[in-house]
Amino acid sequence: MSATLDARIGQQWRKPPLIQRPWLRWVLLIGGVVYFILAMASMEVNWSRVYEGLDRGWQFVLAFTNPDFTSRATDIREGLIESAIMAIAATVVGIALSIPIALGAARNIAPLPVYLFCRGIVALSRALNEIIIAILLVAIFGFGPLAGFMTLAFASIGFMSKLLAEDIEDLDRSQAEAVRATGARWFQWINYGVQPQVMPRLIGLSMYRLDINFRESAVLGLVGAGGIGATLNTAFDRYEFDTAAAILLIIIAVVMMLEYLSGIIRGRMQ
Amino acid sequence: MPQVIAGDGSKIWMLRDRKAQFIRWGAWLVGTLIFLWCWQRISAATEWFFVWDAPRIAADIGGRAMPPRWSYMDKLWEPLWDTLNIATLGTFFALIMAVPVAFLAARNTTPSALFIRPLALLIIVSTRSINSLIWALLLVAIIGPGVFAGMVAIAIRSIGFCAKLLYEAIEEIDLKQVEAITATGASRWQVMAYGIVPQIMPAFAGIAVFRWDINIRESTVLGLVGAGGIGLQLKGSLDTLAWPQVTLILIVIFGTVILSEWVSAKVRGAVI
Repeated sequence: MSATLDARIGQQWRKPPLIQRPWLRWVLLIGGVVYFILAMASMEVNWSRVYEGLDRGWQFVLAFTNPDFTSRATDIREGLIESAIMAIAATVVGIALSIPIALGAARNIAPLPVYLFCRGIVALSRALNEIIIAILLVAIFGFGPLAGFMTLAFASIGFMSKLLAEDIEDLDRSQAEAVRATGARWFQWINYGVQPQVMPRLIGLSMYRLDINFRESAVLGLVGAGGIGATLNTAFDRYEFDTAAAILLIIIAVVMMLEYLSGIIRGRMQ
Repeated sequence: MPQVIAGDGSKIWMLRDRKAQFIRWGAWLVGTLIFLWCWQRISAATEWFFVWDAPRIAADIGGRAMPPRWSYMDKLWEPLWDTLNIATLGTFFALIMAVPVAFLAARNTTPSALFIRPLALLIIVSTRSINSLIWALLLVAIIGPGVFAGMVAIAIRSIGFCAKLLYEAIEEIDLKQVEAITATGASRWQVMAYGIVPQIMPAFAGIAVFRWDINIRESTVLGLVGAGGIGLQLKGSLDTLAWPQVTLILIVIFGTVILSEWVSAKVRGAVI
């Protein structure tokens, strides 16, 4: 200890680097720079078009200072109600379906074949983007909120099951063991040993997912799956930036409100 | 409900009292009614004939989509490269913009908690609550279709996410280290560079990789609104009903997402 200290005395102190191994540091740095140059070079930017567009962009920014809530009020209201309906129904169904899947995807509860099957469902649901699922479901079930509802429910399953299963895997074994020692059947064991431990997390996740589902429902309309997205898309296509700004402001307000509410509920639960 | 009843039939113990029980039943009733109402609205807006017909349609599409047209892969490498660029450069530029916003938003580093902090929080909330597809839609209308619009859309959308996680990390730093640096007579910037930045660096790397992973997912669909990447090929194939190509593109997207998730998990494991 003192030998290394002696060797260091008189030398200038230098900040320790984030990545300890020098060769890895340099490879990452040089690789990053080379990639950056290649990527920028392969990106074609039509600057004159961008310059022309800046004017329109500025108009859009101005539209935010003067949003038009009134002239399309009926369309906006209908779209919002449809989005909310899709989000609520999908959250409820998503939770109901994700609870058994989460139990199956927790290694300390499910046997291996069930575990692998449920993890497969979770991986599939998480890997596919909502929009892609929505496109397929619209092709199969036709236009309208049903396709959006099913998309959101499917996406909720992956999200909820994964996080809930992780929480179940972290549970306090002694409590579950105590319930089992009283001679409880499997269902009683889940209901009294496991459920009370994961309930706060489940409620927090549900609120969070409701928030996400509402946000996502705003884009599903772009592919014909109902909701406020359809109204927004129409507004953009007609260059009615003031209406589009109004819709975006409403979405931001609702998301902020939901986030605030879910913060309060989650704070109370824990 | 769990309760204990004595031999003569009187209750000794009950999990909840009568009032709490009524409130719970009321909440369940209201919740169920809301759900039923939502379901009824969805059902009213649905053409049920199409739904009953769905298994046949799904089987029909499935039959056409198999086998995937592997030869189409030649045309997918370039869009895949574009998708990767959109996600990576988008994350890069988002981080550049997110760092100052995060420092302005964190309670312990903001220059003014009264004026500047709300502004930074507003930037975070507004960029975060609007989906990247909507940003892309908007940017395609403003700066024209292409990879550039997609990259800007991803960058804007990611600012809020990265800045939010980063400012929470800044608020949780160990104040003793900052105080120690301050005690040496360091200036405000030196305190930042030697007291705060080393503490948030692991969180920063984790956030960057996490967001990159999400951005790969999101950039695969940006093409649907004309913002470049593999989504453009997907839209083209869907519009021309070329289902074997759609299958191949979905397989490629699936593989890319799994790969990016694996990379991100590895890097986060190494950092944290």
